[in-house]
Amino acid sequence: MKLREVAAILNAEVVCGHTKLERDVQAVFASDLMSDVLTIDSEKLLLLTGLVNIQTIRTSEMSDIKNIVLVRNKKASPEMIALAEENRIVIMQCSYSMYKASGLLFQNGINPVY
Amino acid sequence: MRFEYTIEAGNFSKAGDASSSFKKILKQLNVDPHIIKRIVVSLYEGEVNIVAHAKGGKVICDVDTSRVTIQLIDVGPGIPDIAKAMQAGYSTASAKVREMGFGAGMGLQNIKNNADELIIKSEVGVGTQLTIIVNLNKA
Ligand SMILES: Nc1ncnc2c1ncn2[C@@H]1O[C@H](COP(=O)(O)OP(=O)(O)O)[C@@H](O)[C@H]1O
Ligand SMILES: [Mg+2]
Repeated sequence: MKLREVAAILNAEVVCGHTKLERDVQAVFASDLMSDVLTIDSEKLLLLTGLVNIQTIRTSEMSDIKNIVLVRNKKASPEMIALAEENRIVIMQCSYSMYKASGLLFQNGINPVY
Repeated sequence: MRFEYTIEAGNFSKAGDASSSFKKILKQLNVDPHIIKRIVVSLYEGEVNIVAHAKGGKVICDVDTSRVTIQLIDVGPGIPDIAKAMQAGYSTASAKVREMGFGAGMGLQNIKNNADELIIKSEVGVGTQLTIIVNLNKA
C-alpha cells in the first residue's frame, strides 16, 4: 500500500516528506517501546507510535525505518522534523488511538511484522 | 581506522549522536546495510545505556577490513551483577528513561542478538566496559 493511502485511511496529516507519499508500505509495527522497535528487521516498514520525542526519530534512523505515524493526536517537535528530514523519514500525525489506527490498517490488508 | 565519541550522562537529546555519526561513516565505507543495522542498533543501545545509567563515558569504534570493534567505556557506577543485568526484562531505569522509550530491560539482549561477540566487564565504583564485535564479511 502507498503512504498516500495510509494517510487517507488514518485521516492523517503529513508533517514532513510530502514528496515521498508514493512509497510502498509492506508491514506495520505498532509500539511505544523503542527497544522493541530496534528488534524489528523488516523492509518497507511503517511505525505506528505514541512515543513522541527525538529518540523516536533516532530509533527509526538506526533501524532504517522511513515511515512514521504518530497516533493519539501527538505532535512532532521542530527538532524531530529536522532530524526526520535529514534522514528522508516521512512523519504523519493522526488523532486516532493506537488500537483504532492499527485496526484500520490491518483491515485494509497491511501485514503485521509477526 | 579509529573513531571516538564522548557520551554525556543524562543528555537524552544527544543520545544517539555517536551512533548517527558512525552510521554515516559505515555507509561511506560501503558496508552492507544489514550489517550496518546490526552495528548501529548495538551501538545505540549501548550509547543509551551510558546516557541512562552511567555518569558519562566514551565510545571507541575501530574499523578494519574484517570487523568492527566498538568499546563503550563509562566512568561508573558499574554493574553489580552482570548476569542479572543481561536478563531480559531486568531494568533499574528511571521514569525519565522510560519516557524516552527505553528502560524495558531489553537493551543488553538486543546488543547480544546483534553482535557476533559481546564482552561486558564492570567494576562497581569504577565503570563498565562493553566490547561489541561485528564481522563485516558475511558468513
Ligand atoms: N553502562 C551501564 N552502567 C550501569 N548500569 C548499566 C549500564 N548498562 C546497563 N546497566 C544496568 O543493566 C540494566 C539492563 O540494561 P538494559 O538491558 O540495557 O535495559 P534498560 O536500559 O532498558 O534498563 C539497566 O537497567 C542497568 O541497571
Ligand atoms: Mg538499555
